[in-house]
Amino acid sequence: MAADVTLTGLSASELAQRLRDREVSALEVAEAHLERIAAHDGVEAGGDEWVARDADALGERDVHAYLHVTAAAAREHAADVDRRRAAGEELAPLAGVPVAIKDVLTTRGVPTTCGSRMLEGWVPPYDATVTERLRAGDLVALGKTNMDEFAMGSSTENSAYGPTRNPWDLGRVPGGSSGGSAAAVAGRLAPLSIGTDTGGSIRQPAALTGIVGAKPTYGTVSRYGLVAFASSLDQAGPFARTVEDAARLHALIAGHDPRDSTSVRETAPDVLGPLREGVEGLRIGVVRELAGEGYEPGVERAFADVLERYERLGAEIVEVSLPHADYALAAYYLIAPSEASSNLARFDGVRYGLRVDAATAEEMNAATREAGFGPEVKRRIMIGTHALSSGYYDAYYLQASKVRTLIARDFAAAFEQADVLISPTSPSVSFRLGELVDDPLAMYLNDVATVPGSLAGIPALSLPAGTAPAPDDPDAALPVGLQVMAPLLRDELMYRAAWALEQDLGPLAAPTGPSALEVA
Amino acid sequence: MSLSPDEVRHVAGLARLALTDEEVAELAPQLSSILDYAEQVGEVAAEDVPASTHPFPLANVLRPDEPRPSLSREDVLAGAPEVEQDRFAVPRIVAEEG
Amino acid sequence: MSATSTAALLEGETGAWELVVGLEVHVELQTATKMWCGCSTDFGGPANTNVCPVCTGQPGALPVANEQAVADAALLGLALGCDIAEVCRFHRKNYFYPDLAKNYQISQYDVPLCHDGRLDLDVTTDEGEQVTRRVGIERLHMEEDTGKSLHVGESGRLHGAEKSLIDYNRCGIPLLEIVSDPDIRDPETAQAYLRELQAIVRTLGVSDARMEEGSIRCDANVSVRRPGEELGTRCEIKNLNSVRSLGRAVRYEARRQIDVLEAGGEIVMETRHWDEGRGVTETLRRKESVTDYRYFPDPDLVEIHSSRAWVEQLRARLPELPAASRARLQQAGLSAEQAATIVAGGLLALHDEAVAAGAEPVAVANWCTGEVTGQLSSAALTPAEAGLTGAHVAELVALIDDGTLSTKLAKDVLAGVIEERGAVPPAEVAEQRGLQQVSDEGELQGIVDEVVAANPETVEAIRGGNDKAIGALVGQVMKATRGQADPKKTNELLRAAIEA
Ligand SMILES: [Mg+2]
Ligand SMILES: [Zn+2]
Repeated sequence: MAADVTLTGLSASELAQRLRDREVSALEVAEAHLERIAAHDGVEAGGDEWVARDADALGERDVHAYLHVTAAAAREHAADVDRRRAAGEELAPLAGVPVAIKDVLTTRGVPTTCGSRMLEGWVPPYDATVTERLRAGDLVALGKTNMDEFAMGSSTENSAYGPTRNPWDLGRVPGGSSGGSAAAVAGRLAPLSIGTDTGGSIRQPAALTGIVGAKPTYGTVSRYGLVAFASSLDQAGPFARTVEDAARLHALIAGHDPRDSTSVRETAPDVLGPLREGVEGLRIGVVRELAGEGYEPGVERAFADVLERYERLGAEIVEVSLPHADYALAAYYLIAPSEASSNLARFDGVRYGLRVDAATAEEMNAATREAGFGPEVKRRIMIGTHALSSGYYDAYYLQASKVRTLIARDFAAAFEQADVLISPTSPSVSFRLGELVDDPLAMYLNDVATVPGSLAGIPALSLPAGTAPAPDDPDAALPVGLQVMAPLLRDELMYRAAWALEQDLGPLAAPTGPSALEVA
Repeated sequence: MSLSPDEVRHVAGLARLALTDEEVAELAPQLSSILDYAEQVGEVAAEDVPASTHPFPLANVLRPDEPRPSLSREDVLAGAPEVEQDRFAVPRIVAEEG
Repeated sequence: MSATSTAALLEGETGAWELVVGLEVHVELQTATKMWCGCSTDFGGPANTNVCPVCTGQPGALPVANEQAVADAALLGLALGCDIAEVCRFHRKNYFYPDLAKNYQISQYDVPLCHDGRLDLDVTTDEGEQVTRRVGIERLHMEEDTGKSLHVGESGRLHGAEKSLIDYNRCGIPLLEIVSDPDIRDPETAQAYLRELQAIVRTLGVSDARMEEGSIRCDANVSVRRPGEELGTRCEIKNLNSVRSLGRAVRYEARRQIDVLEAGGEIVMETRHWDEGRGVTETLRRKESVTDYRYFPDPDLVEIHSSRAWVEQLRARLPELPAASRARLQQAGLSAEQAATIVAGGLLALHDEAVAAGAEPVAVANWCTGEVTGQLSSAALTPAEAGLTGAHVAELVALIDDGTLSTKLAKDVLAGVIEERGAVPPAEVAEQRGLQQVSDEGELQGIVDEVVAANPETVEAIRGGNDKAIGALVGQVMKATRGQADPKKTNELLRAAIEA
């Protein structure tokens, strides 16, 4: 039976409805996605486990969203969901809907590489809490998605397994570090996916690929089994093509976990209940510091259009200031690498992953780490090691941690004046593959609007807010993202504001343009 | 601040990275420019500001002293590059411990 | 006992020197589970069996603090007179070592759980004088143990090994580090400090504190100076495996430093290894190449807040501490040595129970410090493991008092009680095994008569004035009664028979 290709165009909520109504089976849904992955993603399809081709064997039109596709397990799980549904069992709301998982979350029995040579072939002996929750909600896991190595990057070009391409223009980046998860959803290779966000790694790729991506309040989604980049910032969150889908996935993965000491004990906010309440009377704050210099004109135009729409919808637009936001990126690029330098010390060739043989343990460690880590990871380990080292700690790590306090205070003050804050998600639209790889600092500037919220731990999402041309291509129409930020533990407010705008903008267009991935 | 190649090598030693000479030469200016940028944090007067390491002021997250099932030895050793006598094998250790 | 007094100075060729010692003691807690995960703390078993993603540093695994370990740490802190920090946190100490699964140790740095305590020690000086010395406790903090390396190759030691094999069973077991002020001025006080800490830890029940098993470990910071001068450069001595080696090592190191200084040399700040066999310390690693540990707050963990109420609850749980127990026993008439042996030997409960059961304290103490200690240690059992209770000891004392048992028989009965693991009380053991004294005159008279009749020459010799020869006859009676004859009565009956 030929798979129904239109199934891959449906949102998760629509798929869930059809599954509930038994118009379609979970197996058919899984099959349709697998077929599309086989056709467009550059994997060696066939057999139980499909593996991504080597970087040099990938075609220019291969999205390369997946590193590993668990075809047999997906079919088996889907069939099981169908069986249980047929038997009249009460199933979870998204039961049978496929999902892709960023390769930074552990999956028992399924390779987890973090986009690094260091973990090539590593098969975790345990599941991340998020992995468990997806399984418990009967989402059908299709596989593991590509990413910047150890989640360090903003373009997914730092993957040891080759870059992921943006479905809107296969010559451009999908953003990062969760570029594989974003491209999978944007390219209709999965209706839902999980990413992780440390300084913007969900929001920026969501913006660059024209989908919805949310970073929940820090501590509301368990980090157990999330291979740490920067522990005080890392947070897993949903990617979807609609705000409602993202909220549904968010609701599934959030909740207290006693295995994570930083997991908040409060019950996670109900992000679904108030979703459709609209923005009438809502105070929407425009952050003065997150605009202007460095933001592309097309991005600013799209943002201005958003303001008009919100005003028309009855929201009250207020201007707010985050006086220390200008220092956020500097603080972030000290704190995150400092934590990373320690978190990544465990990759030493002793217990798992790569080993490069040498005469002594010390030389073996150093040679293994030299061979196993890519340039960006080494850069950040070096920055972090230096920032924590004797004589530099106070000026770098400690001072950055104080700036972090000031930024959190700025947000608290801004949220006195506004219910949610908005800004462009990224200062630019998607850039060309290879364009920024040799300029680390320019690459870091991609995170300028997302990093302040990361440091404060507040919930923030990005949703599509129209398109804009690229600086190098005035005819291009590439997605622009709007960032919506809410106070700590008020995740429902950002979904509510996002949903209202999404309704006003109309249904999201699939990737289009001369270099886009074809979408049925 | 600018980092000299020797300083880069010192940091690489702490981070246990066997950088090549080319990498050291490449990293010295890159790290210097990143640190130059990051040094901006020093412009903020923050003497009386407490440092924060978390967005949430959580405290006393404790676990009852109750045993939980461990992993099987097979699972733990499965990923190891070299195993001998059910232990993780490493070449001769030269340095003394912490 | 005098108040705190300064210790004797050490004589050098060029005048007097003062020894300065500070101790760092690590105590492994006896919790059921590890510090950050639910793995069992048993580590004697097969390698890598009590391990999980957390304690083997698997990517993505996270630590959660053990409630009991925090309480134990605070309890020990209170026992040492420390203040408990209202807010404390965990830091990462970053260094690469294969037995450290994450390549950082979770420890405490700028704000330890406990600080500013003290330990008062009763020390006997070289001159035999009893003095009390106070040693300040700078801090007590929580951390985690490392795994164990097995060095394979020629030597079986780290040096010369071809490879090392790592077992993570011990990795993550809760560890307390107790750092003293540099208040110690002689080796005896250093030893007394370690012994007292062991006794306190055992009294609290937070650790078995066995040096030979590594559940308590000690490093010594040693320096010398001219009296009244600034502190000298110190060396850290590692590998001290017993209280005795601590004393020997400190003594050796002090002398070594004095010799170096008097020869015009300089002390280099370094870590030195105590070689027990050769009785010397040797350079292990120079401190100028000191590791830069890059301590920073562990972002996987949150602060510990100690409320006043919690601290007071713990304080109320503090049992009588060893010093108070010893004082109480001495007041009851025991000697200082007996009191010390009972407290340090874990026999206090046994003693107190026996006294509560009506036995006389000194008699109980004699038994506890003598035969009980001897039999338990040769069987390598604690009183609890042997099933021995205070009631048993009280009963033994009573059976001797009423003449049912001789001292000798009582020892056999004690052995029987231990053999039965306390399931059979002394009187029953004596009866079952026929160990009661034969003091029935009729029965004994018959045996005495037979012995006298069978040994006419010995009887003549006694009558002739060789009084000592009576011992041979007593021996014969004992032999005939398998040792159960009441010796006093036997003597009386023999003399009567001989004089008759
Ligand atoms: Mg320590
Ligand atoms: Zn464990």
